[in-house]
Amino acid sequence: MEFTETLLPGVGVRYDGQSRDGQPIAIVVAHDGDVEIVTYQRTDPDAVQYRLELAAHAALAVAELLGSPRVSARLVDLTREIPGLHTRRLVVAPGSRYAGRLLGDSKARTRTGCSIVAVVRGPDVIAAPAPDFTLLAGDTLIAIGSERGLEALAELLGLTPDDPVPVMTAPV
Amino acid sequence: MDPTGLVYVELGLIFVGISLLGGVARRFGLSPIPLYLLAGLVFGDGGFAPVVAADGFVTIAAELGVLLLLLTLGLEFSPEELSSSLRRHRPSGVVDLVLNAIPGVAVALVIGLPWPAAVAMGGLTWVTSSGIVAQLLTDLKRTPNRETPAILSVLVLEDLAMAIYLPILLVVLAGGGFLQALGGIALALGAVALALLAATRASRRIGKILTHRTDEQVMLRVLGLTMLVAAATHALGASAAVGAFLVGIAIPAGLAERARKILAPQRDLFAALFFVSFGLSTDPRELAPYLAVGALLAVVTTVTKIATGWYAARREGVGPKGRLRAGFTLVPRGEFSIVIAGLAVAAGHPKVGLIATAYVMILAVVGPVLARFSDHIGARILSPSTLPPAAPSGSLRSAS
Repeated sequence: MEFTETLLPGVGVRYDGQSRDGQPIAIVVAHDGDVEIVTYQRTDPDAVQYRLELAAHAALAVAELLGSPRVSARLVDLTREIPGLHTRRLVVAPGSRYAGRLLGDSKARTRTGCSIVAVVRGPDVIAAPAPDFTLLAGDTLIAIGSERGLEALAELLGLTPDDPVPVMTAPV
Repeated sequence: MDPTGLVYVELGLIFVGISLLGGVARRFGLSPIPLYLLAGLVFGDGGFAPVVAADGFVTIAAELGVLLLLLTLGLEFSPEELSSSLRRHRPSGVVDLVLNAIPGVAVALVIGLPWPAAVAMGGLTWVTSSGIVAQLLTDLKRTPNRETPAILSVLVLEDLAMAIYLPILLVVLAGGGFLQALGGIALALGAVALALLAATRASRRIGKILTHRTDEQVMLRVLGLTMLVAAATHALGASAAVGAFLVGIAIPAGLAERARKILAPQRDLFAALFFVSFGLSTDPRELAPYLAVGALLAVVTTVTKIATGWYAARREGVGPKGRLRAGFTLVPRGEFSIVIAGLAVAAGHPKVGLIATAYVMILAVVGPVLARFSDHIGARILSPSTLPPAAPSGSLRSAS
């Protein structure tokens, strides 16, 4: 499911998505890590109907129960403290040149200057994947790097086997 | 009793007084600000028990209170949040300024105040109290509501605008001409740009310098930096408060969160003394004729703020009830109106202080009440035909 992100200045971030029956839901993550999960009223779709409030540690525990350590959330914290550094989740598309190939084959770091710090595959998170790690279609790569580098990496992953081999130098 | 003993007695009574009043305010879910002002009125010049011995301390503490209010405000927002609000919500910010500053300026000119005082009056009717609104959103549990980003963005833009407005106001109040005002604007814009640049480029270094394992060190370092930058902007004629605000913005997000927690008690103490001190300097015997002016302004700018919130929320695709909630939530005026009035009073416009006292005492109480009962009021005044829900879109950007 795709979640969209809205900044709540001074408060945190709201993520909007849908439940299985198509009901809008939102997750508010406060700057201090407290989490609120809410649904909206039918008659007033801007106001909360039900809410579930989780303290920061409880939210982490729930996230781990659901099988996804909050790698990306922690990365967001990290990149917030280091300006110029960004994080992005990139999906290996089924037609990608690198689906089924080794991570090392992409030469992602040399070509784009980005580090792939984790791969999310279904419920598993593979932290710090080695160059001999085989990428599969549908894998989500969590990468950090400069904005331009991440652009280049997205482009690289989007190449099909028929595209010419890219010549890219690491952007600063 | 010797002078030192008297200082203790007076401070003791002030603290006990504001603790009791703060307790009452909390009990009824109200902002303590109007009650602190009231306490100041009771103790101050022409009040029942004038503060004499502790006056010097209270005056300095009040100045520190302003700095801490602005510092912690700057700590709330990251440059990213500021720039995204600036990009997405600029029209709402402009509507907010135009609708809410004009009544203040107009009323000031009609009752014959000089135009520097009118500029201050425009400011004090313009700016919503971010402190009261933040508390309201928490208390009413409306953070996840879809109108909330619109509300917060209006607040952010006002706060950012304060960094430019305050230096201009100081120039105008000091009797500067057009050129000096332009100089003030240039200076203010330069300072804001510098702070944002520092926040984006040097935030790692700033973070490194200010971070320490103990809270004590973080507090001392942040306060030290704040005072020095405030002194610098003060010397440049751009208001010490602006310097403090810019320090808050420049501190990187991770540390800002911690600094805000560490500094909260100091802020609460000194800000409370600021409100009391403002009340102290206001003579309640002179307040009566200005109650009517304050009340009139309160009514007019309640309506204009509701319009502002309605407009800002509608731009976000929020439905009528949400728009009304946004409008009502933005009504409270508080700390910044008093900060602005304080500058005007210091520049020799005591009437602005009297109007501000009446105005804030009304809107800091009425605003939260309106916000609380927004849905009940909405159910009555919004005809069913205006009620079909709007598409819940909003300021979305894809999670990445």
